[in-house]
Formats: sequence, structure tokens, C-alpha cells
Amino acid sequence: MLNIRNRGMRMDELLRMEGITKVYPNGIVANKNVDFSVKAGEIHGLVGENGAGKSTLMKILFGLNKAEKGRILLEGKEIRIDSPYAAIGHGIGMVHQHFMLVPSLTAAENLVMGLEPRKGIYLDIAAAIRTTEELGRKYGLVVDPRAAVRDLPVGIKQRLEILKALFRGARILILDEPTAVLTPQETEELFVQLKLLRQAGNTIVFISHKLNEIKELCDRVTIMRSGAVQGTFAVSKVDEKDISRLMVGRDVILEVQKTAARPMGTVLKVNDLVVLDRFGKRAVNGASFSVRKGEILGIAGVEGNGQRELVEAITGLGTFASGDLEVNGRSVAGMSIRKIRDAGVCHVPEDRMTDGCAATLGVEANLMSYNHDSVQFTGPVFLKGKAIRANSDRLIAEYNVKCSSPEQEVGMLSGGNIQKVVVAREFSSAPSLIVADQPTRGIDVGATEFIRARLVELRDEGAAVLLVSADLNEVMELSDSLIVMYGGKIGAYVPDAKSVGEEELGLFMLGLKKQSPEEIARVVHD
Amino acid sequence: MTRNQRLFEVVRTGLAILIALLIALVIVLTVSEDPADALYKFLLGPLDSFRHFGNVIELMIPLVFTGVAISIMFSAAQFNLGAEGGFFIGAIATAFVAIKFNLPPVIHPVVAILFGSLVGSLFCGLPAALKVRWGASELVSSLMFNYIAFFFGLFLINYLLRDVNAGAMVSYTFKPTALLPRLVPKTRISYGLIVAVLLVVAAAAFMTKTRWGYRIRLTGANARFAQYSGINTNSVVVYSQVIGGFVAGMGGSIELLGMYTRFSWQSLPGYGWDGVIVAILARNNPLYVPVAAFFLAYLRIGADIMSRYSDVPNEFVTLIQGTIIILIAASSFLAKYRHRLVFKEALESDAKGARR
Repeated sequence: MLNIRNRGMRMDELLRMEGITKVYPNGIVANKNVDFSVKAGEIHGLVGENGAGKSTLMKILFGLNKAEKGRILLEGKEIRIDSPYAAIGHGIGMVHQHFMLVPSLTAAENLVMGLEPRKGIYLDIAAAIRTTEELGRKYGLVVDPRAAVRDLPVGIKQRLEILKALFRGARILILDEPTAVLTPQETEELFVQLKLLRQAGNTIVFISHKLNEIKELCDRVTIMRSGAVQGTFAVSKVDEKDISRLMVGRDVILEVQKTAARPMGTVLKVNDLVVLDRFGKRAVNGASFSVRKGEILGIAGVEGNGQRELVEAITGLGTFASGDLEVNGRSVAGMSIRKIRDAGVCHVPEDRMTDGCAATLGVEANLMSYNHDSVQFTGPVFLKGKAIRANSDRLIAEYNVKCSSPEQEVGMLSGGNIQKVVVAREFSSAPSLIVADQPTRGIDVGATEFIRARLVELRDEGAAVLLVSADLNEVMELSDSLIVMYGGKIGAYVPDAKSVGEEELGLFMLGLKKQSPEEIARVVHD
Repeated sequence: MTRNQRLFEVVRTGLAILIALLIALVIVLTVSEDPADALYKFLLGPLDSFRHFGNVIELMIPLVFTGVAISIMFSAAQFNLGAEGGFFIGAIATAFVAIKFNLPPVIHPVVAILFGSLVGSLFCGLPAALKVRWGASELVSSLMFNYIAFFFGLFLINYLLRDVNAGAMVSYTFKPTALLPRLVPKTRISYGLIVAVLLVVAAAAFMTKTRWGYRIRLTGANARFAQYSGINTNSVVVYSQVIGGFVAGMGGSIELLGMYTRFSWQSLPGYGWDGVIVAILARNNPLYVPVAAFFLAYLRIGADIMSRYSDVPNEFVTLIQGTIIILIAASSFLAKYRHRLVFKEALESDAKGARR
């Protein structure tokens, strides 16, 4: 690992963050003693997985979050940034993932908001429009100043956000995953504009987890993993593999120990399922597959290809438009979550803080949420406190949850321990189908290994496991067989997960390669 | 909650009260000719006679009821402010039974109180039903319903129960069989106090020891998680408010039969609003409600005695109340210290948890 701390101040260094540590109110340590420095006039990539702490670090720089420890130096002088206002005062601007624009106002009005040119007591609209045009010409970021923001395409909104930052005097621009919302063409355009800005002497911090973009655009790159910096490199000196290794830390993840699967009867059968998203678009567009007892079926895919909607339909959290779902031969279509759970389905949700736990309640209250009204835990009126405590003690020990007592608030635990509470509850319900959605996202290595091993154990005990993960390593290591989702459909079925390489899987995930319908249909077992 | 955090909350509440009292001190010092006497009356007046202390307990009883009612509803994150209307309309219903029915002693107040409680639960259940059915905010609708309860209640008194010979708009006197007997002689403390104590115990047991209370807490803490766990959160939304209304209605009934011989309220008595203050002070925990209710009642009686025997007006107690509520409700008051605590604990557990 490259250590950049305690190195002498370099001449061309514009900004330096030193020893930044940030703990969120729920106790999650988002940044651990992070050092980060940017040279004047460079595009600096900041990469890491979801939850690696990139956005947190940048929010601290922009004054949206406050660090517990550490300092920020601008041109060698320590500065205090306790609000975005202060950040802007120091010439730091940020373009957020979610645009901070007023949809009903025009581009020009949005641009000048807060710094409006005035004529008497009135807003000088003509001046605002002139400013927008001039600024757009100057930086090659042309926006129609009279258009209402809600009518602008996403790429132009982003352009307007960049202009906004420049208008406020930003010399250092932070872009938080700017390409996530763009089409490939818009992305290309953006890159041209960013390179022009660099030529004009601006400094850019570019947050992304797409490595090809980093390679194309950036001069240097800083890699973060679970809250800590893994190193800073000149982009020309490293290749994508090095970056990805540091980013996902493949070298530290041990291979999952497991024997070959011995699949038995079908547990989950998904038949021609169609799920609509909030906008009425077909997020899942006719998916058919089955998961058998004693196997782990992994779903690989770039996020946003229908995995979330599929999981929500199976677990009852969401509805679906057409098709059928069967668990152990019985249709569970349209059933309440309760009934689906009673049919033997358990669910490790993608977002543990939103769906998977009540952060302000204790570990015990979180462990009993599904079966608190079983005869084991409740009499006719009162809960059986002793039985419940015995059960929580057992689960806490079995799943090695580090907590001060069963009554400690779950929100106070570390991410890994919270996830252990979630899986302890879900796995202990004697499930015949386990739907595990991103079961190890953003948690420490120890907890990750533990949860993976437990999934394999449960498989061997006869559970069917449906694994959804954005972590390619995880899907490939843990699954017995694989399907790839692309555009709401199943693009490929790999009966033996070991037989496919990362590259080929990537082609399937990007929709560049597709299997024939016959090959895909093999995933439907009877 | 860890022990540290619970301790922190106690300290925070104590500090809020202390700051409020200091502000009170400053105000009294500036407005009063004889500040020492005024302060003495305010702080120790409630203790200077048996009767005054009795007043505190009398005032505490309705506050316990509305405090518990609000605590239950707030625990489910249902911000139903209908305890005020439930209290009022429950009292009206009780007055009806107490005037119109002929029943033997003991049975008469029991029937009257139960009827009042049922009407209260119906009343607080309305906003809940509107929320479940049409997504109407219970905060807004319950607030509006309070006025409906008030004017509808007065209408009933006026056209159904009004004693035309009484000279004011009051009801007929209650049948003597319906009245709650005195528990402590020389005060107006009735057997309602015993009901209040039983209620606190029952509510605490309900919230922590039964599956229904557990579901309320779970839904209040994270409704999405409750749904994901297979809990019917709509039913929780409804029954938490129905139960809250039941308790509020019971409070109104007991207040009426314990303290009065006719229905004579000409405006909403305000115990429902005070219940919100009590619930906030008690952090929605029924066990802390009596402490909070006692505290608020003590302040009120103290201020009342002070206004009668000194030159500082009664209203100044609202300043103290306001300060306390702002400081407690403001989650960032002392948040720095809380965060420092979290920070320390997180780093410790992180050091223990991570194998690196």
C-alpha cells in the first residue's frame, strides 16, 4: 500500500485532506484516517465500491458533513469548512448525484439563484440570461438560458450544475458519480467538457466506480475501500486490474470453501414474470427460472437491470404485473409478506438500514420481528421474555454478533454486526428459500466470510438460495450456477459457475453477448 | 439504548429543566417587586399546605391519562393530537351516562367511564381510519377533529343535558351514584388516582411485554422494516390510535366524575395538549409518564399559587414549559456530546469487530 502521509508538501499540490475520520450518528465509521491530496489543474479520480467512503469524504470537503478528526489544507494553509457556503468561499464546488435545481425555474434563474443580478428591487432577468450565455460560451457548456429546468435532458441539467459551481467561483470541482445518470453519448460529451475545463486551469475531483472512465479521463486516481485509502497513483502507471484489486480487495477475500452442489427438487419457480417500476416501465420483462433445493443460484448483472424489482416481487415487498411465482409447488402470487414468509421464504434485504432492521430498537427486538407471535415466544397475552432472551443469546453467540447486551440499539453496531443480526434472524426461520440480496455489501471481511460460509452451510442442509450481488467476486465464488440479468431479462444461464470467466460474464452483463433462448431455458427445472 | 445513552438522556432532560428554571429566575427578578417571595411561592408553594399538594396530585391525574394516551400513539409514530378531543368528548359521553342512567353505586361510574373511553377510542380511531383508507395525515385531521369534538360536545350539552335553571351553560347534576368517591380526605383526590396508577402499569406492560405493544414499537421505529417482517402495519396504525383514544376518553371521564358534579367546561380543557408535553418529557415511556405529569402539575400549581400571592402572573409558567420543550425536542441540543459518545463507542467496537 502506498503511504502518502507525512510526505513533504509538493509545489503543485493545491488541496490536501489529512487524517480525516468520520463517524456517522449511527456509529458507522465512514472514513478512517484518510489522507487525500489533489494537484492544481488535474482531474483526480476517486474510486471505490458503494459504501467505501468516497462520497462521505467529498461531503466533508464541501462542508456537508463534519469530520471528527483531521484537517484540510488549501495551498498549504489550513482552512475550516463547516458549510457549503464556506466551501464555495474557498473556491470548492460540488455537483451532486441528485441535481440541486428548481425544476419550475429557467436555467438562467437556477444559475444565478442566491447571487441574483438586480435592477432596483427586481431580478434582472436579462442580465441573468446574458451571464448564462457568456459563461456557457467561455467554458463550452452551452445551455438554453430560457428553458425551464424540468424540460431539460439529464445531460444538460448536469451541465447547468457545473456552470452553477463555476459561476460561484469554483476552482476545484467535485463531481459525484456524474456518469451514473448519463447515456454513453452524454458521457462522452461530458468528458470533452471536463478536459476543456482542465485546460482552462480548473481542478476536478471525479468520483466513479467505472474504471474505464477513470482510465480515459483522469490524471491520478485515489482508491478507497471500506473507509480507508488504499493508495494514490498516476493513472498511466496502473491498469484497471490493479485498481479493481485495490478497490474490491480480491486478494484478501478467501475462496469460499464448498463442495459441489447436489441440487434436488425445485423450490422456487418463477414463470414469465413481469414487474413494472414506479414509472410503469417493465423493470423485469418476462423472466423465467427456478431455484432448486441444495443449490445457490446467483444473479449477476449491472445494477438497475431489474434485480431489485425481481427480489421485491418474490419476497412480497413489491407487486408484479403478470406471471407466476411458486414456492414448493404452491403459488404465492399476490400473497401478503406474512404468508410468503410462512411459505418458507426468508429475505436478506439489499438495504439493511431501510428494510432490514429498526436502528433505534435493541438487538433482541430486531431478532424477533418475524416470529415474535409464534407459540414459542408468546402466550395468549404476554411475550415469553425468558424464551425470547434465550433465543437471542443463542443467535448472538452463534452468529458472533458483537454487542454489549441484547438490548443494545442495533444502530450502534458496526455495519458487519448489523448484517449479522439481519442474517441471524432470517436464517434461523428454517427457510426453504433464502433470497440474499447483496448479503455482504459494505461490511468487514470477517463478517463477509462468516455470512458466505453460513449460506453454504444452509445450502448443504437443504435450503435453496437465490443470491443477488453486484460484487462479481461474490457471485462467482459463492454460486453453484448463475444467471445474468440484462435489461429486465435473463441474458444467460451458466449451469456451472466455475466454468465461466470474469470477462465472459462481463460481456453477458453488458448485453454484448447473449445466449440462445434454448440455452437460457435450461434454468427452468421441473 | 446503552446505559451511557440512557444516562445522557436523563442529564439532557435535567439540564433543560435547569436552564428553564434559570430563565424563570431571571424573569421573576426583573418583573417582581419582591422576587424572593414570588420565587418562594412558585418553587415551594405547592408544598406549603396539604391542600396545595393535593392540588398537584389532582392536576397530575388527567395529565397521566393524556400522557399515556399520547405516548402510545407517538410510539407507533402516529402523531395523533386527538387526545384533547378524545378527553373532551369522553367526558361528555360520561356526563350523559351519569345524568340519564339509574344504576347502583360502583357499577354506575364503571359503566360511565367505559362508555366515555369507548367514545374516546372511536374519536381517535377516526383519523387513523382516514389515514389507512386515504392517506390523510393523522396530525392534520386529528387537530381539526378536536374542534368538531368541542362544538359537537357543547351542542349535546346544550340540547340534551343542559340544566335550564342553572343560569350558565352547564349540565344537570350527575346522579350521586355516578360520582367517584374521595380517596384522600380534605382534597379532591379521587379513586381516579388508583386507576391512573393501574393504567401506567398496564400501559408499560402492554408496550414492552405483549406482541401488540412490540408491533407498535417496531412500526414506530421503522415501518418499512415492520412490513418486511410480515407485520400488518395498517392494523398497528389503527389500533395504536384506538387504544390511545380509549385512554384519553377514560381520562376525561375520570376527571369529570372525580372533580365535578356537573359538566361545566366552556372551552377545551387543554389536558390533551399538556399530554404532548408529558409524553415528550417521558420519552413516550409510560413508566416515566407519572414523573413527567407530576413535574408539570407541580409547575402549574406553583405558578398558580405565585400569581395569587405575588405580583407575577400565572402565564409565566408557559415560558418555562416552552423552554423545556424546545430544549428537549431540539435534537441538536447537546448533540455534540451525544455524538462524541457515539464516536467513542463506534471506534471501540470497530477496533474489536474488524480483523485487520
